[in-house]
Amino acid sequence: MWSYLVRRLLLLVPVLLGLTVLVFAIARLLPGDPVALAAGPNASPAEIAAYGREFGLDRPLWEQYGRYLWGLLQGDLGVSIYTRRPVIEDLRAYLPATLELVLAAMTLAVLVGVPMGLWAAVQRDRWPDYLSRVLALGAISMPRFFLGLLLQLGLAMALGWLPLGGRFPITEELPLRITGLLTVDALLAGNLNAFWVACQHLLMPALAMSLSPLATIMRMMRGSTLEVLQQDYVLTERALGLPQRLIITKYVARNAFSATLTVIGLYFGWLLGGTVLVETVFDWPGLGLYATKAVVTQDFMPIIGVTLVIGTLFVLVNLLVDLLYGLLNPKVRPA
Amino acid sequence: MSAEMSTPSARRPRSAGREAWRRGLYRFAQSRLSVLGLAIVSLLMLMALVGPWLAPYPEHLEGAVSTAARFQPPSAQHWFGTNEMGQDVFSLVMGGARVSVLAGLAVVLLGALAGTLVGGIAGFAGGWTDDLLMRLSDLKLTIPGLVLAMAVAAALGPGIFNMVVAISLSWWPGYARLVRGEVLARKEDLYVTAARAIGARPARLLLVHILPNVMTPVIVKMSLDMGFAILTVASLGFIGIGVKPPTPEWGSLLSVARSYMPDFWWTAIFPGLAIFLAVFGFNLLGDGLRDVFDPRSRR
Amino acid sequence: MSAPLLEIRDLHLWMRSFEGEAHVLQGVDLQVGHGEVWGVVGETGCGKSLTGLSVSRLVPSPPARYGRGQILFNGQDLLQMSEAQMRQLRGGRIGMIFQDPTTNLNPLFRISEQLVDVALAAAAWRPELLGVPAGASAREKRRAARALSLEMLERVRIPDAAQRLDDFPHQFSGGMRQRVLIAMALIGRPQLLIADEPTTALDVSVQAQVLALLRDMVRDFRMTVLLITHNLGVVAQACSHVAVMYAGSIVERGPVQEVMRRPTHPYTRALLAAIPRREMARGALEGIPGTVPDLIHPPPGCRFAPRCARAQEGCRAQVPALEPVPSALAAGAGHEVACFHAHPVEAAC
Repeated sequence: MWSYLVRRLLLLVPVLLGLTVLVFAIARLLPGDPVALAAGPNASPAEIAAYGREFGLDRPLWEQYGRYLWGLLQGDLGVSIYTRRPVIEDLRAYLPATLELVLAAMTLAVLVGVPMGLWAAVQRDRWPDYLSRVLALGAISMPRFFLGLLLQLGLAMALGWLPLGGRFPITEELPLRITGLLTVDALLAGNLNAFWVACQHLLMPALAMSLSPLATIMRMMRGSTLEVLQQDYVLTERALGLPQRLIITKYVARNAFSATLTVIGLYFGWLLGGTVLVETVFDWPGLGLYATKAVVTQDFMPIIGVTLVIGTLFVLVNLLVDLLYGLLNPKVRPA
Repeated sequence: MSAEMSTPSARRPRSAGREAWRRGLYRFAQSRLSVLGLAIVSLLMLMALVGPWLAPYPEHLEGAVSTAARFQPPSAQHWFGTNEMGQDVFSLVMGGARVSVLAGLAVVLLGALAGTLVGGIAGFAGGWTDDLLMRLSDLKLTIPGLVLAMAVAAALGPGIFNMVVAISLSWWPGYARLVRGEVLARKEDLYVTAARAIGARPARLLLVHILPNVMTPVIVKMSLDMGFAILTVASLGFIGIGVKPPTPEWGSLLSVARSYMPDFWWTAIFPGLAIFLAVFGFNLLGDGLRDVFDPRSRR
Repeated sequence: MSAPLLEIRDLHLWMRSFEGEAHVLQGVDLQVGHGEVWGVVGETGCGKSLTGLSVSRLVPSPPARYGRGQILFNGQDLLQMSEAQMRQLRGGRIGMIFQDPTTNLNPLFRISEQLVDVALAAAAWRPELLGVPAGASAREKRRAARALSLEMLERVRIPDAAQRLDDFPHQFSGGMRQRVLIAMALIGRPQLLIADEPTTALDVSVQAQVLALLRDMVRDFRMTVLLITHNLGVVAQACSHVAVMYAGSIVERGPVQEVMRRPTHPYTRALLAAIPRREMARGALEGIPGTVPDLIHPPPGCRFAPRCARAQEGCRAQVPALEPVPSALAAGAGHEVACFHAHPVEAAC
């Protein structure tokens, strides 16, 4: 098991390297003057020239890449023109918020989607199944940002049940930062009030983000459950007197879930990318909002930084999912 | 363990292809959802083609404003009300249909074209070409689509063409993989024929013989992807990449309308609904098509 | 003579398919007494598996439809029972083994887990199975079930059973997996065991071992068995009685020696004649002309008539019922055949 783990971790290196190459390519090889982009839209020609010389942008390409990579390893991702801080600091500030949002959304999606898919399969071809299919298609088609807007209109503006946006009211005191995830930190500090407030702010954005993966997970779970139900071992389990409920909730569920796991992993990555939209709607101070502001102000370094971070996270999550799959499926596990 | 039955059939023989088509069409027509999808898509296509001429206030699509009529709620003259510049929201939504559908189509076509070419070459050539191309497409998969599109669009600059290119960049690997698989499967049959057809150059083999047969799954995938392509276009529009005013685009309309919530809700609700319906329609249609062409799908 | 453990009376089953409804079981009649091992033979499609599955009520009932007929187990009609009542019987009173050991064990769960769950399910209705008092805690019951599982594994002769108890199915060979499945089927101490082609998917060498094991278990647990197979050799080795099925009904039945030495139904005779023997000349294999009938539009009267060399007018008019073989032909009691022309000639077997 350990050798497998080590092997996978080692494989990470070329993948991550490839990622840096890709990002570098976007930054340098696309049309558009990279120096002007990096220096910002308001730089004068003299400033641009100076910028170029200072950052070696007049050197050959491979040398630039080398400098870039070296800078990366030292944590230098450039400076944001807008925030006037090193990008790496901005990333450190904004990453936890995005992570919290994505984790909350995925948790919702899995907790609701998996049982619903199981149930839809058991109710196959009856009206709950049919309804779930239509709802799933509708859920996938719903644009996240529109859904967020609707949630805001309904739950916040009309009913006033939940706060309109933001992550935490300025008036309240933030819990001590341990993980950066406000909900977790609040729990760890025993501060139930802060936890409650953080949850209130988290709920709508998480809902908006979770609908699409929820639907997909539900459909996948339904499909794999149906396949599992056809298997011989399920018939044997029934023939030997196991109660139907036990068969479904213990045996079939695990068999079907392991098939759905890869989808969950993939979706995690998609969500990381999709936070942009929801964060914009809810003013959620995460990577997405950061990147969006950067796009609007044509602040190039942050965009590159965000891309890099999200890409890396995506790769890591996929690795985690692979490992989890091995845990669930003993055949894959090297004994 | 299955029910053992012997049911020798004695029916009039029909051509297999025609039979498959008829059954497929029958299945398609049976599904009310698929037919609904077809209806929505047809409506969209119609709007995309003739929208600007059918819109009640075409001048608003050009950028004309009518400040006296700002923020009028839905009424008989303005079915969807007016926005902050007095423009008729209904006309704007119709105009936006053209942008969204055409942009989405462009994205899918470009992605499919690029992916098919890459996948075709990779599958056909094999060896290290295959490896290289597949590593390249795998690499692209390390970055979620929207983020990549944002980054590329930001690098390329504003404009609808740049946006389409940016989005296509994240779509082509899916097609590359699909086509490569199909080509690999067919390469074996055709090699024998190729050997006999002496002198036929590989490029010709690939383009003329293999690729046309690979088209069906590609077309199915394209129809399935259209919905999401439109969604991506709208998403980028919402962020502010791509279309520049006065060209109406659903996403950007929604983005502007946000500031006027909740009092002038119609400026946001209708463009948003339009996006939803468009994507929903294409998804229904794609789902139905997939059922027809690939009966293995979940049912 | 005591009442039979299992009695199938005039069982009719229809299966809905794309092209129509097939009359797959047409009046199956069978009496299985305590301690008897009945082999149910026939070619593919004759309905033997469906008969076995019907006893456990495992045939999915929308495409299937039971017509008239009864399945009496300990005097109660299984076809009238609710699903909850059937679940009580499965595992605890009626055990089943299926053909393919590769696909019949859940690959993601240790065999200990699967065995324990089956034992616990059976113990829910018969707590004495575990040997713990009825008020015992769940953990105690689990522990007892685990001990029972280990005992069963040893009984089916799995080497190093204690170490292998927590292994996964893919860590066992095919023959051993079938043993595990036998253990699972018997852990609830059922009265009746239905084995559907238990050795067909195994290597020949392993087949003999598993059959021997089955025989021993049947003897040790004093069980009654319904052994479904297409292999007459298996029947000869392992069974006390045999029932020959053709196209949905039983055409001949009786003590195994009796039927195999003196087959009276033309189909049985043809089956036995078709077995290749060492002293046969090359090319002397005898098949049975024709094919199995279309069960959606079955032939009138005796279903074997279209292929039967001795078929006459009366055969197509009426379905023959199972009648005792005339004593002139039979050596012992219990030999019955469904044929209008039971032939008075000894088979060479």
